[in-house]
Amino acid sequence: MSASDPLGTLKEHFGEAVRETLPFRGETTIIVDAQKIAEVGRFLHDTPGLEYKFLSDITGIDYYPEEPRFGLAYHLLCMRFNRRLRLKVYWSDGDEPVPSVTGIWKSANWEEREAYDMYGVEFSGHPDLRRILMAEDWEGFPGRKDYPLGYEVVQFSFNFDDVNKHKPYAKE
Amino acid sequence: MVTSREQFAAWEGSVEELKGLVTDRALTGETMLLNMGPQHPSTHGVLRLLLELDGEEVVTCIPDVGYLHTGIEKNMEYKTYEKSIVMTDRMDYLSPMGNNLVYCLAMEKLFELDVPRRAAIARVILAELTRLASHMVWLGIHGLDLGVTSTMIYCFREREKVLDIYEMCGGQRMMSTYFRPGGLWRDLPDEFVPAVNDILEDFPRRIDDYESLLTNNRMFMERTQGIGFMTAEDAVNYGLSGATLRASGVNWDIRKAQPYSLYDEFDFDVPLGQHGDVYDRYLVRMGEMRQSLRIIRQGLDKLAKEKGPFRSDNRKYVPPPRAELGRSMEAVIHHFKLWTEGFRPPKGEVYAAIESPRGELGCFLASDGSPKPMRVHFRTPSFVHIGALSELAKGYMIADLVAIIGSVDIVLGDCDR
Repeated sequence: MSASDPLGTLKEHFGEAVRETLPFRGETTIIVDAQKIAEVGRFLHDTPGLEYKFLSDITGIDYYPEEPRFGLAYHLLCMRFNRRLRLKVYWSDGDEPVPSVTGIWKSANWEEREAYDMYGVEFSGHPDLRRILMAEDWEGFPGRKDYPLGYEVVQFSFNFDDVNKHKPYAKE
Repeated sequence: MVTSREQFAAWEGSVEELKGLVTDRALTGETMLLNMGPQHPSTHGVLRLLLELDGEEVVTCIPDVGYLHTGIEKNMEYKTYEKSIVMTDRMDYLSPMGNNLVYCLAMEKLFELDVPRRAAIARVILAELTRLASHMVWLGIHGLDLGVTSTMIYCFREREKVLDIYEMCGGQRMMSTYFRPGGLWRDLPDEFVPAVNDILEDFPRRIDDYESLLTNNRMFMERTQGIGFMTAEDAVNYGLSGATLRASGVNWDIRKAQPYSLYDEFDFDVPLGQHGDVYDRYLVRMGEMRQSLRIIRQGLDKLAKEKGPFRSDNRKYVPPPRAELGRSMEAVIHHFKLWTEGFRPPKGEVYAAIESPRGELGCFLASDGSPKPMRVHFRTPSFVHIGALSELAKGYMIADLVAIIGSVDIVLGDCDR
C-alpha cells in the first residue's frame, strides 16, 4: 500500500466540509467543518494509505477579535509514511460543541480537557470534560486574549496614594 | 474539614462528581479511595493520584495535575520572541537545552533563519549531554523508588559534570538559555572540548557499573518485569513517545525519521524493547545513553573541523556583535530595534518537534506579524504520559505503581507548564 494524498482523498469523501489552506513552511494544513472533525479523524486514522495513528497534539488558539474566534489545531502524525498533517477547525462561543476525537485517539482526552480549560471550547462526547491545569473552581478561561495576565501596578510618587488605596496592607 | 451536618450534605455533592471517575464499588465502600500526593516522594514532583484500591490492587488511577501550572504559554504571548526563551528552560527543568532547542527550531522555521554548521553541531552535542543528564536523574530516582539507594548517589555525581558544562557555556547550571534563534548565545568556550572528552572517557565505565548493579539484579528484575505493560498499538493510540514508546517495540525516533539540526549526519542506532514493560523501558534508556555517547564523540570530531561562525548574520533577526556597534551606524540601528521592539516575523503557524529525553517535545508557534507571538503551545511528553498513566497502572499493585511512574520518566514542570 502506497501513501495517498490526504487532501484529495478527504475532498473526495467529504466534499464541501474540507477546505485547504496554502502550505506554509512545508506543512500541510486542512481546514475542516467543526462538526465533521470526528468523522474526518476516523477516516484519516483507519483508511489504508493515510493511517494517521498518532495524535501529537491539540492546540487551542484564540483569534480575538476575529470571528470565528477560536481555532483548534490537531497535529497528526503517520509513522508508516513518515509525515505530519494539521487539521484545523474554527469555533465560537455559542456554537454547537465540537465532536470529541477521544474515541479515535485516546491521547485526545487530556488535550481536549486542556483546550476546554484554557479557552472554554466545548466538546461533545468527551468522557470526562473537567478542568485540568486550573483549579476546579476557577472562573473564566485564562488562555483567552481578553483574560488579563495580571500584574501589580508599579508605585511611583505621582500615583503613590492611588496604588496604596488598593494594597491589602500598609494603609497608612 | 467537615464538622457540621450541613457541611456533610455539601460534601456528599462531591461524591456525585466522583461517580463517573471511579467504579460504583467505591461508592458502596467495597473498595477504598486513597489520595496519593501531591507531596509524595515517589510521584516525581507535585502529582496527585486518586487511587481506588481493592486491597492492594489498583482498580482506577485518576491523575490530577496542574499544581505547577505557571502560565508559561500565556506569559510568552506578552513577551517578544527572544525574551521568552528564558521561560522555556523552566518547563522541563531536567532538559533545559532540549526546551531551548525546540523553541529555537520553531522560530527558525517561522523566520526561515539559517543556522551555521558549527552552532548546529554544538546544539546536537549539548542536546545529547542533556539527554545523559536527564537519564541520570531518571535512573537515580527510579532506582531509589525501587529500593536501590546507591544509584541515586552515583547518578547525581555524573549529572554534576554535565551541569558544569552548562555553566561553562551559558553561565548557569540549570537554566542555561544558551540556544538563541540563529545559533548560540556565544561561541563554545575553550574548556568545552576537554570537559566533554572527560565525560566521554568516564561515562561508558559508569554505565557499565550501573548496569552491573541493576540489569541482572534479581530483586530489580522481579519488581520491573511484566509490570506496566502496554502493546505497541495501544502505546501509539495513547500518544506515548520516546523511550516509553520504543520499549513497546515501535521503531520511531524523530532524530532518525524527521532529522533536525544535522542529526541526519550522525550515525547511531535506536534501541528497541520487546515487551513494553518497566524493565524494557529501563533497558531502552540504558541503550540510549550509550548511543548518546556515540553521537557526542562524532560531534566533537565534526566540531574540530568547523571553525566558522556560531550565529547567523541575518541582522533582521540576530543582533550584531558588540564590536560592530562602534563602527557601523546600521548595526546600532539594528541593535536598537531588536532590543526595543523586537523583530516582526511573517504571519503563519508552524509546528516543530524534537526527541527530548522524555519523548516528542513539540512547539506550536502562531504569529500574526507582530513582535510578540500570538500563540505558543508546547506539546510536552510528560503531559501525554501522565494522561496514559491510568491505563498503565490499572490492575497492578500499589507498590508497582511507583515503578510505573518512574519508568515513564515524568517531570511535572514539563507537564503543567
